[in-house]
Amino acid sequence: MSALDRKLRRDLWRLRGQVVAIAFIVASGVGVLIMSLSSLEALRETAAAYYERYRFAEVFAEVKRAPRVLEAKVAQLPGVQAVETRIVEFAIIDVEGFGEPIIGQFVSLPERGQPVLNRLALRSGRWIAPDRVDEVIIGEPFAEAYGLKPGDSFEAVLKGNKRSLQIVGIALSPEFVYSIGPGALMPDDERFGPFWMGREALAAAYDLEDSFNNLVLSLLRGSDPNVVIERLDGLLEDYGGVGAYARKDQVSNWFIMNELEQLRSMSRILPTIFLAVAGFLTNMVLARLIAMERTEIGLLKAFGYSNLAVGWHYAKMVMVMAGLGVLLGWAVGYGLGQFNTQVYAEQFRFPFLLYRPGPGPFVIAAVVSLLAALIGAAGAVRGAVALAPAEAMRPPAPPSFRKGGLSDGRLSGLLDQPSRMILRQLVRWPLRAFLTSAGIAMAVAVMISSLQWLDSIDHMVEVNFFQAQHQDIMVGLVDAEQESVLREFENLPGVLAVEPQRIVTAVFRAGTRRHRGALNGILPDARLQPAYDSAGRVVPVPPSGLVLSTMLAEKLGVEPGDKVWVEILEGRRPNLAVPVTALFDTYIGMPAYMDLAALNRLLLEPRRVAYLDLLVDEAEQAALFAELKETPKVAAVMVRRAAVDTFHETLARTLMIFVSFFVAFGCSLAFGVAYNTARIALSERGRELATLRVLGFSRWEISYILLGEVGLTVLVGLPLGCLTGLGLTWLITSAFVTELYRIPLVIEPATYGLAVVIVLLAAGISGLLVRRRLDRLDLIAVLKTRE
Amino acid sequence: MSARPFEDSAAAAPRPSITAKGLTKTYRTGEVEVQALRGVDLTLYQSELVVLLGPSGSGKSTLLNILGGLDRPTAGQVFFDGAELTAFDESAMTRFRRDNVGFVFQFYNLIPSLTARENVALVTEIAPQPIAPDEALRMVGLGERLDHFPAQLSGGEQQRVAIARAIAKQPRILLCDEPTGALDSKSGIIVLEAIQRVNEELGTTTALITHNAVIAEMADRIISFADGHIAETRVNPDKRRAGEMDW
Repeated sequence: MSALDRKLRRDLWRLRGQVVAIAFIVASGVGVLIMSLSSLEALRETAAAYYERYRFAEVFAEVKRAPRVLEAKVAQLPGVQAVETRIVEFAIIDVEGFGEPIIGQFVSLPERGQPVLNRLALRSGRWIAPDRVDEVIIGEPFAEAYGLKPGDSFEAVLKGNKRSLQIVGIALSPEFVYSIGPGALMPDDERFGPFWMGREALAAAYDLEDSFNNLVLSLLRGSDPNVVIERLDGLLEDYGGVGAYARKDQVSNWFIMNELEQLRSMSRILPTIFLAVAGFLTNMVLARLIAMERTEIGLLKAFGYSNLAVGWHYAKMVMVMAGLGVLLGWAVGYGLGQFNTQVYAEQFRFPFLLYRPGPGPFVIAAVVSLLAALIGAAGAVRGAVALAPAEAMRPPAPPSFRKGGLSDGRLSGLLDQPSRMILRQLVRWPLRAFLTSAGIAMAVAVMISSLQWLDSIDHMVEVNFFQAQHQDIMVGLVDAEQESVLREFENLPGVLAVEPQRIVTAVFRAGTRRHRGALNGILPDARLQPAYDSAGRVVPVPPSGLVLSTMLAEKLGVEPGDKVWVEILEGRRPNLAVPVTALFDTYIGMPAYMDLAALNRLLLEPRRVAYLDLLVDEAEQAALFAELKETPKVAAVMVRRAAVDTFHETLARTLMIFVSFFVAFGCSLAFGVAYNTARIALSERGRELATLRVLGFSRWEISYILLGEVGLTVLVGLPLGCLTGLGLTWLITSAFVTELYRIPLVIEPATYGLAVVIVLLAAGISGLLVRRRLDRLDLIAVLKTRE
Repeated sequence: MSARPFEDSAAAAPRPSITAKGLTKTYRTGEVEVQALRGVDLTLYQSELVVLLGPSGSGKSTLLNILGGLDRPTAGQVFFDGAELTAFDESAMTRFRRDNVGFVFQFYNLIPSLTARENVALVTEIAPQPIAPDEALRMVGLGERLDHFPAQLSGGEQQRVAIARAIAKQPRILLCDEPTGALDSKSGIIVLEAIQRVNEELGTTTALITHNAVIAEMADRIISFADGHIAETRVNPDKRRAGEMDW
């Protein structure tokens, strides 16, 4: 080992506190990037592999009733690889001990063996016996929610007939990765689950012998789903087809893709910011560290080392520091990435998990971090090697201070000398002070932009579930009914008010743009669930025309006054050009509203309702639930409170875990910056402080001078950080837009406060650590040697 | 000064200012033990100016640091005003330095961010009976440069600010470690004049370390160090004015 390398080793040991602090900063950036990118990659890969292995269909279609012989015709359509016809129905389930009605989606299985498409991953139990009509396989999340296992039984109302069903197996399906009930935003495994029964048994229950009401297709490689869909629609039209759709519109897949999109935004923006901030801080800290090596650099040059050799020596030094951080970040990022992926996988219900992060994120993170460190060091080393060796070895001339300006106003007259020292130091090196403040500001900003998710989500819940919705329960009917059905429900126990809605599946078209979604018909004076914008205003729905969410309008490229082709995939399947009358902002989904009467006019089905919003007296809720379970007209029951709970719960499981990692990384950033700032200030000013000790200043008094300076830069950094945090959050929320969510820009005062407190704590701890060093300041050594 | 109390100790018994008894100091640097002091007995009397001479490593600075409360001996005692300094704890030691000792170093150790006046005020703000910073600076001949920052002063001027800073608290003892070591002779003499003036006008007990035998001529007593102990103590009958010296 050369002498220079030995010096390097010992320098690193001497600077170990700072080495660790810098490694923390670097590791934060690297860790966040790897965690985010690797979980994203893993989820994508897992989903893709799951779909592939279990042959997830690519085109889906629903009909009223079609004969099984049609299957052969569909199979002959060009581009079709395989066809599976099925019976799919919703039914109300009754599990003992749970008052609310549960919605079950029943899907038929072939009499023998796995279906051709949408195969099941049997987790326990066995396959259904061919001749048993009461055997059922249930979804694993639902089974877990109720502790059900093979051998248990439960009751279900299939087309008005209550049946006792025997669980024989528990399974997962690519069709229900995101197991979401009708009208829900989040999976709620207590209130919704998929069930699989033998085809014969289901056909008998729903009078669909030799028929099907649902079919799924896989396509030949390279064939265009839209072309196949068009032809398929032609075939199914006569059988009450409501328009086939591609995999991207399949509910579970749509949610997964949205979540992945959300994760993608998160894993691009936040880690990029983290990495950039970490790079900036590494750069700043190392530049100051190297600047202090000036004498040694002069000495090395005096000995005859070339500029290149000296530069390389310090390059190695910073590479070791940053390298340690990179390694630490790799390890932490890998571990957390795996953990994070597992958390997501649990929500998504994959039967297996592929966590095999590629080299990409690791390389990117390492290169960015090392470059930032090297660039920071390079500036300082260049400054030092530019000096003649003799000059470099002399202590730098006393820096010139000048009177006047900020440091000598009337204010200054009131200050004692130590305070004046602090102030002058800051005014003398404003850039350095600013950079330190900027570092602290970045830590605060990162913390705010991580913590604000909680505020945004609370705000979203508040607006979406509390301000916009006033119904306690929303009931979905099996078929659209006459308005008189309202009176039936008004008479149910505990019902205080009933309001009708009609929600139909529709395809919106404008030019070449297209969106398949829901069209809500509501009363113009709806009170329980009016159209509601993100600003908290009720949006008036005019007697005719469409009121679109801005997100949907943007997707279609339309403005008020434009016409949108609306094809309603129900009833007579009208396809009409309807004018857009108004737009409104929403946080969740891409809703479209219309006056209920106008919608019914389009359908030529006057006075029909399909959904009922109920205002319920809580005391009688149990009785109402019992009644609803027995009502054949009811296809689905959605409880608002439950929706809020699952929304929070699900986000707590996923988003919040993500956020808490960001907060932890933010803390380590703050600590790294604060510690290095104080530590470097100590090295730079050790001599001065020792002199003061000799002059009779106590430890506390010199701590005041050193930590006062650091403290002041921190204090300046805090409001700066709050501003930057607001900016970052704005950046994140504007980039974070999916079809499912728009994250509102909401930062509660408490969030600013918390971020500030956390950073202050980190700074305080670093201050204490450095103060311990002040206590051990070697007075004689400092005075004897020149710098 | 007409009286020469140190020529004949019986004449007017001078009062001791600080007394060291049997001081030893051993430094351990890694495997090596260095005996910096090997049993030093010494008394500095009030108002006297003592010059400590001796080669590098002879223990002068170690002694000065111990007398000034910057360091502790391995064995032995130091008494100041009847109190045993060597038994003081950290905060009592700080108190002692703050109230009683003035230091002047070879490398002035001024605070670059404070003006001359402010550097002095740094000390007067925490001392119990200080003289005004302006007055202290006038005593060292810097009455005109009160508002200059260290970077705007020459080396000699910086050292005089350091002296002003040391004496502004009216210390009982002034300890100067090679105060002219970094200065040319002309500046050095101006600095020594300042020290002499302070010694005479304020009656501050002054100990001055130097390599330069010429400087010894301004002392009341000259103590020569060699190898960690006092080799010779000599009373100087022909005390000279600093301004008359030359090297």
